[in-house]
Amino acid sequence: MLNRRRFLTSTAAAGAAGFAALHLSPAFAQDAPQVQIFVPAAPGGGWDQTARTMDQVLRSEKLISGSQITNVGGAGGTVGLPQFINQWNGKGNSMMVAGMVMVGAIIANKSANNLTEVTPIARLTGEFEALVVPAASPFQTAADFVAALKADPTKVPVAGGSAGGSDHILFGLIAKTAGVPATSLSYVPFAGGGEALSALLGNQVAAGISGYGEFSEQVKAGALRLLAISADKRQDGIDAPTLKEAGIDVELFNWRGVFAPPGVSDADKAALITLVETMAKSEAWATECKNRNWTQILLTGDDYAKFLTEDTARIGAILKDLGLA
Amino acid sequence: METLNQLAHGFSIAFTPVNLMWCLVGTTLGTAIGVLPGLGPALTIALLLPITYQVAPEASFILFAGIYYGAMYGGSTTSILLNTPGESATIVTALEGNRMARSGRGGAALATSAIGSFVAGTLGTLGVAFLAPVVVKFALSFGPAEYFSLMVLAFITVSAVLGSSSVRGLTSLFAGFVIGMIGVDLQTGQPRFTFGIGELLDGVDVIIVAVGLFAVGETLYMASRRYAGKDEIVPLKGSLYMTAAEWGRSWKAWLRGAAIGFPIGAMPAGGAEIPTFLSYAIEKKLSKHKDEFGTVGAIEGVAGPEAANNASAAGVLVPMLTLGLPTSATAAIMLSAFQSYGINPGPLLLTTQANLVWGLIASLFIANVILVVLNLPLIGLWVRLLKIPAPQLYAGILVFATVGTYGISQSPIDLVILYLLGAAGFLMRRFDFPTAPVIIGMILGPLAETQFRRAMTISNGDWSVFYTHKLSLTLLTLAFIGLAGPHIWAYIEHRRRRGPEHVPGDA
Repeated sequence: MLNRRRFLTSTAAAGAAGFAALHLSPAFAQDAPQVQIFVPAAPGGGWDQTARTMDQVLRSEKLISGSQITNVGGAGGTVGLPQFINQWNGKGNSMMVAGMVMVGAIIANKSANNLTEVTPIARLTGEFEALVVPAASPFQTAADFVAALKADPTKVPVAGGSAGGSDHILFGLIAKTAGVPATSLSYVPFAGGGEALSALLGNQVAAGISGYGEFSEQVKAGALRLLAISADKRQDGIDAPTLKEAGIDVELFNWRGVFAPPGVSDADKAALITLVETMAKSEAWATECKNRNWTQILLTGDDYAKFLTEDTARIGAILKDLGLA
Repeated sequence: METLNQLAHGFSIAFTPVNLMWCLVGTTLGTAIGVLPGLGPALTIALLLPITYQVAPEASFILFAGIYYGAMYGGSTTSILLNTPGESATIVTALEGNRMARSGRGGAALATSAIGSFVAGTLGTLGVAFLAPVVVKFALSFGPAEYFSLMVLAFITVSAVLGSSSVRGLTSLFAGFVIGMIGVDLQTGQPRFTFGIGELLDGVDVIIVAVGLFAVGETLYMASRRYAGKDEIVPLKGSLYMTAAEWGRSWKAWLRGAAIGFPIGAMPAGGAEIPTFLSYAIEKKLSKHKDEFGTVGAIEGVAGPEAANNASAAGVLVPMLTLGLPTSATAAIMLSAFQSYGINPGPLLLTTQANLVWGLIASLFIANVILVVLNLPLIGLWVRLLKIPAPQLYAGILVFATVGTYGISQSPIDLVILYLLGAAGFLMRRFDFPTAPVIIGMILGPLAETQFRRAMTISNGDWSVFYTHKLSLTLLTLAFIGLAGPHIWAYIEHRRRRGPEHVPGDA
C-alpha cells in the first residue's frame, strides 16, 4: 500500500520524484535480507518514526538490503492489527511496530484482536513522562502536587493527551498511589502535546503530564517547572527527581517495540531477534535515539512477552479505575 | 531594525541556488498535492521526512514550507473548477468559486484566489517576521472558555450561509453535527455512532464529506437533469483574468481575509477552516452584490476566504517558530523533522537556530512569489477543463473524487461513505437543502463541544467562566450583537420611517 501512496506522491511530484527517492539508493550488501515493516498508524507519528529510523539504521549498518514500510492507520493501531494478524500470517521477514498506546487502545476499543496473537520480538525504546506545572504555579515539588490532589482533586485540572492514553494512565497511577479515587480526577485531554502545552503556557490548567520531549524546551526556557519524571532512574542533564524519589511509587515508559506476525517459524523469530538486537546495539541507533529523546529499554523474546502480559494487566486495571474499560 | 537585519540575512540564505531549487520543488509539489483531494500537506511532508537524513536543515524546511504554502494555492483550483475541495481550508472557496466557474467567470475566480493568496501570504509572512511575539501572547490567552465563545460567534456569523430557509439550513447544520460526532470521543475515550466499525473510530474525514456532498452529489444531480433534457456549458465570459470592477471588489476582501486568517491561524486551536467561514460570512454581509451570492457567484466570496486560508497558514508558523507549539497536523510533522536534526523546537529556537528560522521566513516570501508566478499562467490551462462536455467532465470528476478519497487512508469503508454521502448530497440538492452547513456543522460542532467540556472540566462545572473571562465575554457580546443587532437596527429604521405621528406602543 505504501507503494501506491509513494507512487501517488511521486506522480504528483513529477519533477520532484527524483529527489524524493534520494534516500532509496544505499550500497546493498549482497546477502542481507529484505524486510517488511508494518506501521499501524499514519505517517509522521511515533511508530512511523520508529519504523523509518529502523529502516535507516538497518540499511546504514548493512544489516538489510532494503525495506518496505506499510502504513495502515487508525484508532490507536486497532484498525491495522487485524490486518497484520490475518494478511501477514507466517511472513517471516516482517515486523509490526507497536507499543503501549496499542495495549490501551485494544482495551478501550474492546478490539476483537490483541497482542497475544502476534509474536513478540523486542521492546526497543521508551519515552518517560514528565509532570510539569506553569512557572507561576504554587507547586514547587511533586509532593505539593500530590497534597493538593489529596485535598480536592477537582481543583487540580491536569492537561495531557487523549483520554485513556499514556498521559491519562500515568495520572491515574499517580492518583491511585496517593489514594485518590481515579474517578474524581479532573483530567483535561487534548488532541496533541502541542495543544496541551499551550494550555499550560496560558495558565489554563494546574499541571500537565506528557512525554518529556514535549516539555523539555519549555522547561529549559523557564516557562514550565519540571516536578518529576516517570523514568526508573535519574536522567543525565535533567534536573528533576523520578516519581519514585519524590515518594510516588510509579514508573512508566511509553514503550515501543516490534512484533512478528503469527505463525512464523522459530528460526525466523530467532533471526529477527538477532537482527533487531544488532541494530539496537549500533552506534547509529544510539545517536538517533538521543536526537529523539528515546530511552533505550531493550528487552527481547520471552522476557518481552512476559513484560507484555504484566503491562497489559496493569494498564487494564488502571483503565478500569478511570472508567474507560 | 534588528529584525530587518536578520531578515536580510535570511534572504542571503534563501537566495542560494540550492535553496531556491528546494523552494521551487516544494511549491510545485505543494500545488500538485493541493489539487489532489486525498493528499494533504501533512501526509506529503510525513512521506518526505526521510529526506532529512540527506540534506541540510535549511533545505528541508524550505522544501516543507513550500509544500505547505503551495497546497493552500492548489486546493482552491479544484474547489473552483470541479466543486471538489482538495483541502478542508478551501471548502468555502467552492461555494462561490464554482458558481463563478459555471457562469463563465472561472478565470477571474482563479485569479482572485491566486492573487489573494499572494497578498495574504505575504502579509501573513510579514506578520510572522515582525509581529510574532505580540500575536503569540494574544493567542495563548485563549483558553477553552474563550474558544467556546469564539465558536458561538462563528455559529452566529455563519448563519449567513444557511440559505433562504432557516429550517432547511438548520437541518443541514445538525446533520453535520451528527457526522462530526462519529468516532472516539476525545474527552472520555468512548466511541460514538461507530456501530462497531473499526474504521469509524477515528471519525469521518471532512474532505470525504465535502467531496461526497459537493462533487459526487452534484454529479448525480447533473446526470439526473440531463435526462430532463437540460444541458449547460457556459462559455468563458469577458476577460480571462479579472476586470477592473473585479479588482475593486477583491482587494478589500483580500485585506479583510488576511486580517481574520492570521491571528486565528496563530491560535493553538484556531485552524484554517474557521477563518474561511468567518471571512465568507463577513464578505456576504458587506457586499453590495448580495444577489450574486449563491447564484452566479460573487468574487468577494472567493477572494476573502482564499486570503484567509493563506494568512492562517502563515499564522500557524507563529507559535511553531516562537514557542515550538505545533497547532496543525502539518506543523506537528514539521516539528518532528526538527527532531531528526537533533534540534529541539521550543522558545529558544529563534535564538539558537537564527539562520534556520530566518532562512525559512525569507524563503516563504520567495515561495509566495514563485506560487503566484506559477499559478497565474496556469489559469488559462485550467479553465479549458470547463470546455469539456458535461458528461465527460462529470465522469472525470467522479473518478478524481474516488481516487482521491481512496488515497486518504486506502480504506474501502471511506469509499462506501463517499457514495452514501454522494447519494445524500443528491437528495439534498433535489429537495433544496443547502450542503455547506453540513460541513460547517461538522467542523464547528465537535470543536465547540470539546472546548465547552474542557472549560467545564477546568472550572469544575462553574458556568461563570464564560462571562467572567474578559475575552470570552467580549466574544459573546459580539455574538449577541451579531444576532440581535440587525433586528434592533431594522426596528429603529422601521420606527423612523413611519414618522412621528405613529403612536409608540402599537408597533
